[in-house]
Amino acid sequence: MAEFRMPALGADMETGTVVEWLVKPGAHVRSGDVVAVVETHKGAIDVECFLDGIIGELVPVGQALPVGAVLAQVLGPGEVAAASPPGEAQARVGGETAVTQPGVPVAALGAPAATRSARPKVSPAARRRAAELGLDPERLSPGTADGAVTLADVERSAGAQGHPRVPSAPAAAPAPLRAARGGFDPAQMRQAIAAAMGRSKREIPHYYLGTTVDFARAQAWLEAYNAARLPAERLLAAVLLLKATALALRATPQLNGFYENDTFRPSGPIHVGWAISLRGGGLVAPAIHDADRLGLPQLMTALRDLVQRARAGGLRGSELSDPTVTVTSLGDRGAESVLGVIYPPQVAILGFGRVVTRPWVVDGAVVARPLLSVSLAADHRASDGHLGSQLLAAIDEALQHPDEL
Amino acid sequence: MLNDRQIRTLAADVLAGIAPEAELSSVGDHEDLREALDLDSMDFLNFVIGLSERTGRPIPEADAPKLFTMAGLVAYLGG
Repeated sequence: MAEFRMPALGADMETGTVVEWLVKPGAHVRSGDVVAVVETHKGAIDVECFLDGIIGELVPVGQALPVGAVLAQVLGPGEVAAASPPGEAQARVGGETAVTQPGVPVAALGAPAATRSARPKVSPAARRRAAELGLDPERLSPGTADGAVTLADVERSAGAQGHPRVPSAPAAAPAPLRAARGGFDPAQMRQAIAAAMGRSKREIPHYYLGTTVDFARAQAWLEAYNAARLPAERLLAAVLLLKATALALRATPQLNGFYENDTFRPSGPIHVGWAISLRGGGLVAPAIHDADRLGLPQLMTALRDLVQRARAGGLRGSELSDPTVTVTSLGDRGAESVLGVIYPPQVAILGFGRVVTRPWVVDGAVVARPLLSVSLAADHRASDGHLGSQLLAAIDEALQHPDEL
Repeated sequence: MLNDRQIRTLAADVLAGIAPEAELSSVGDHEDLREALDLDSMDFLNFVIGLSERTGRPIPEADAPKLFTMAGLVAYLGG
């Protein structure tokens, strides 16, 4: 048996409200299925369940619940539902140390410990998360009867080792119920941004670096690429910036990950949070997963889809909880440069300005050249300017070879 | 061949899917649509994709600046 819990959709989230269940009790769910719509101050989010099995009793809709609260039980094959209703934080007994959300009463289940095989099966989501946390997933105790280690088990172990998923966040007013799918309340959105950015400025000792990149080669390559293609197949300069950043981060893992509980935890995968401004005000930076491993056309498709869903609704929970670094690109009508504010618990944000034509020295002569300002704001608790400079240099270098992106 | 009114209707239709709150009728014929309606590069590309798909014209990237204003758009798609 495993619990499907209220996910943390960003550091600024304390509670969420299930406004719609997309499955019925008894339905078979597979890892990654979208099972519920959860209202947060970033709007209504499609939340995935990273468990496999039969979903049991569901918490009622319309109830604000803390991050980590059990929303439903998910039973493996042949399991019987526990008597205890969902909606409370629950501790597993008979296994290792019981872990609960602080301040939430424990309802002991009394479920028998699962029989374990020598090498437990590990779900892909669990394996990925365990790698991020630096845990060996095969050494974790599985929470399901068939002996499979799930994401929930990994999260529980991470908590037991003193890395609770959600660090203490500033208090925020509980969100009133708004079921409008895709919409968001601008006042609540502003409050969410204020909470996250206020915490960032209070807690994170930022350092800032900036450099100017000659964008001529990238621009020429892009024009040649787009010239023979239909509009739907064209690329925007943004995807070059995204890919260059993701590739460059491979060599500087100290700038990709999370700072929590006085410890920096690097992330293996590079999930780039892409800052998207919303019409009517507000900002959201959902993840493009494994951006370093996607080709440019794939990244363009992912980016178009992400922007569309950020504005019209339908962002997924994992897109809000997974970013390991943020990129903000002002586009072709923005300011010339930007210095970002780190989104905690991340440790770095890259800022790209508008491409501008300015005098530049090439081979000892002054020429007109398209130039791009690139900045880095990074957390001094995790890295220093020397390393940050290397990241900016690597981004510059990548943009000089656009055909290799 | 599309006439002036058909082109304006088409542009408004395509735009409605990109920037639902945008009021195309409030924009002057020679104003930059991107400035007037706060369209970023992604929005404008989506606008060009929509126009291209609805008219069957490829709209080469080099021609995109001709679509920055309604006057330019009417001349380009009507021509």
